[in-house]
Amino acid sequence: MSAELNLPARQPRQESMARFLKSHMRDYGMLISLLAIVAFFQYVTNGTLLQPLNLTNLVLQNSYIVIMALGMLLVIVAGHIDLSVGSIVGFIGALAAILMVQFHWHFIPTAIVSLIAGAAIGAAQGYWVAYFRIPSFIVTLAGMLVFRGLSLALLAGQSVGPFPVEFQRLSSGFIPDPFGPLAGTAGFHLTTLLLCLVTPAVMIGLSVATRIRRHRFAIEQEPLPLFLLKSAGLFAVVAYLGWLLASYKGLPNVLIIMALLVGLYAFVTRDTTIGRRIYALGGNEKAAKLSGIDTRRLSFYTFVNMGVLAALAGLIFAARLNTATPKAGVSFELDVIAACFIGGASASGGVGRVTGAVIGAFIMGVMNNGMSILGIGIDWQQVIKGLVLLAAVCFDVYNKGKA
Amino acid sequence: MDSILEMRGISKTFPGVKALDDVNLSVREGEIHALIGENGAGKSTLMKVLSGVYPQGSFDGEIRFRGQPVAFRGIADSEKLGIIIIHQELALVPLLSITENLFLGNEQARRGVIDWTAATAKARELLRMVGLSDPPDTLITDIGVGKQQLVEIAKALSKQVRLLILDEPTASLNESDSDALLALLLRFKEQGISSILISHKLNEIAKVADRVTILRDGSTVETLDCHDGPISQDRIIKGMVGRDLADRYPKREVRPGEILFEVKGWSADHPIHPGRRVVKDIDLHVRRGEVVGIAGLMGAGRTEFAMSLFGRSWGRNIRGNAYLGGREIDVSTIRRAMDGGLAYATEDRKHYGLVLDNDIRHNVTLANLDGVARRGVIHHEREIEVANDFRRRLRIRCSSVFQETVNLSGGNQQKVVLSKWLFADPQVLILDEPTRGIDVGAKYEIYSIVNQLVAEGRGVILISSELPELLGVADRIYVMNEGAIVAEMPAAEASQEKIMHAIMSSAAGGTATREYLQ
Ligand SMILES: Nc1ncnc2c1ncn2[C@@H]1O[C@H](COP(=O)(O)OP(=O)(O)OP(=O)(O)O)[C@@H](O)[C@H]1O
Ligand SMILES: [Mg+2]
Repeated sequence: MSAELNLPARQPRQESMARFLKSHMRDYGMLISLLAIVAFFQYVTNGTLLQPLNLTNLVLQNSYIVIMALGMLLVIVAGHIDLSVGSIVGFIGALAAILMVQFHWHFIPTAIVSLIAGAAIGAAQGYWVAYFRIPSFIVTLAGMLVFRGLSLALLAGQSVGPFPVEFQRLSSGFIPDPFGPLAGTAGFHLTTLLLCLVTPAVMIGLSVATRIRRHRFAIEQEPLPLFLLKSAGLFAVVAYLGWLLASYKGLPNVLIIMALLVGLYAFVTRDTTIGRRIYALGGNEKAAKLSGIDTRRLSFYTFVNMGVLAALAGLIFAARLNTATPKAGVSFELDVIAACFIGGASASGGVGRVTGAVIGAFIMGVMNNGMSILGIGIDWQQVIKGLVLLAAVCFDVYNKGKA
Repeated sequence: MDSILEMRGISKTFPGVKALDDVNLSVREGEIHALIGENGAGKSTLMKVLSGVYPQGSFDGEIRFRGQPVAFRGIADSEKLGIIIIHQELALVPLLSITENLFLGNEQARRGVIDWTAATAKARELLRMVGLSDPPDTLITDIGVGKQQLVEIAKALSKQVRLLILDEPTASLNESDSDALLALLLRFKEQGISSILISHKLNEIAKVADRVTILRDGSTVETLDCHDGPISQDRIIKGMVGRDLADRYPKREVRPGEILFEVKGWSADHPIHPGRRVVKDIDLHVRRGEVVGIAGLMGAGRTEFAMSLFGRSWGRNIRGNAYLGGREIDVSTIRRAMDGGLAYATEDRKHYGLVLDNDIRHNVTLANLDGVARRGVIHHEREIEVANDFRRRLRIRCSSVFQETVNLSGGNQQKVVLSKWLFADPQVLILDEPTRGIDVGAKYEIYSIVNQLVAEGRGVILISSELPELLGVADRIYVMNEGAIVAEMPAAEASQEKIMHAIMSSAAGGTATREYLQ
């Protein structure tokens, strides 16, 4: 019987390009919007935006948002939300400050204890969400209040600082430059440039390998011209940014941490069974459960993970300010959640990508930075950011309805 | 007779699929017109075009209704003309009452204030017309699927219906409910209401249809007139699949071996009403290479039994023991039940079977991700091969395995659910209504796969409301009623009458005991 199987006719070649673009409109759209926003602010700020110093600042300012967006993406994909991350940032900053300033702990044990505390907070919240089925919105709203209050209590309403220099390096340090002196390029961070040439080259090499493999399995993929264009673009952009950063102080330490984490989470979501299960859980919890997935444990761990990343962000933020204040991290959760939704995550779960969330975070970051340079008040900044969030999600919904 | 509806040259394309290609359909005034074809042939799509779900401009071709060309921008437009569609998946709000559902969007209200007296009176009238005697304030969740189907029809009647479209209305109904529904269609016909009936149950078509239009691969094959002489089911099948199908049930040459799987004293209570025993002290066993059927009416507790067995995914206060190959196995969580060798393919593919947002590939491997992964890292190419393999074996009609399952036709979604469990490689596979909404050709494929499974020495438990299917496929049949097994017979000695008799004679006693206990 299956001998007579009739598959639908193969798509003609020229049609496939348009179709591919259409079905991946969202991905390209976001990249293009980010580039457009950068170009716009570069123009209206007369080139200030991409000046090496400002670019470095932009990275430093956004690193903690990006790091938290990675965890938030998993939480959102699993069908939940975490409103407490801003308060956790504040609380962990306070905890670390007390340990280092009042108890004179070394920064390494402090960091370890802080990350464990973050995991514990995530576990405490995840427990109610996963095992008692209390809506995450409520649990983490409670967490938001509790940890904001606790950080106030810990700091007794005061700012605590400054921190040991080694700890500050977490955020204000730059990678060493072993190659620069060798080549005798004083004032230019050669290692940074080299890293920014090698990394995209390796990434492109890896995707070429994937393409070849997929081709052998006759799997539909990005049309070749698009792939070449994208690869060339990626290489040029990263190399250019690397050159800019190299002419200041080089790559900030946080950027390295952030890049490694982004790579790790992109891998986990796309290529591992755990990642796949989180998407299934968010897409249809009952079906996932009946397929033998321990949905409760999975939900629980997404919150633990979020707690750890929020703690890391708390450390980075404290290191950057060089003091812990009771107000640290206020309303961060909104930027983080907005980054995920701008990046295409679905509020009902099951949909969203790491790359999207990262691009979303940078869209927000560039807008914050660019508008500050222009001297736009915080009031109008918020209005504009709100509208951008709404527009991005509208675009999503519209796109989905059309497909 | 004049035609009430003419659809000419209808074509509709989705990204990557041509779902309809130059389809013609004409329905006469006051006839029951059956629309049939394999899964994915385009039946539902054609009806969505007709009812305005896909608005004018999103397809090619011309629609004339009562002689006038029409251009619908949405469902509201077609409803205004009296074209009412009842979709394959029911669209009732479970926690609202019958009355509220009947008038949803069409409330009996004056200036926004609902007149409950008028609404209830009218609801009662409508329910009487479809032969339902339940009080109109009953919640939808509290009535069975059969009655829900009737409520949908009553809802259609409340809207001045001229042409009623029913997309597989009897797929989840048992025989007596189906008969009642078909009788209703015949009554409508006398009142001059035309209907279009989509169904995979050919015996029903033979019973009520005046004419039959057959679709294949998105094109019209032919329209047969039942008044020109009786049309045999084989004739229809030939039109649908394009060739003769000699046998509905493939032959099987297996001798059942030793006992593979056994359940002893299995009971479960209702999850919300504690103390209400729904599954009562069930003993059953499956031999190697054996297909065991479970017959029973809708609501007999078969699904509840299967789900409580499969990792306690239904019910509370579950007791009993399960054995595989003589050793007791732990089935207390779904993971453990799966590790113990069980699998359960659900009857409710939308809610329990599929992650609709995900593509075919991801759904197929979901229950056995480790089968395409090494140390937790997924091997994507292998995964695609697996998915393509099942697509071929089960003839899943799709543009590619990257198509989201939400866009598949109902029957093809069912095949994806089956693929998932076949890939999980179980020792004992419990199939809950596996051929619901599936066309004859694909049914044959599924039966062949069942045969293959048992030939490998596995066991299959087949829950089905279609008695001919049970008789044709199972080796041995258990009859269940009101949560208990009331009879067991070899399929060779079973017949529809015997099974119904077992159910009926137990029903009298069963009700009596229950009243006694309360
Ligand atoms: N929104 C959509 N996007 C892409 N393809 C679609 C969409 N809706 C339907 N299709 C495709 O169109 C074809 C026809 O589907 P349709 O639902 O009309 O089949 P059907 O005849 O009703 O089948 P069944 O008997 O299984 O219900 C299928 O191949 C299906 O995959
Ligand atoms: Mg259909």
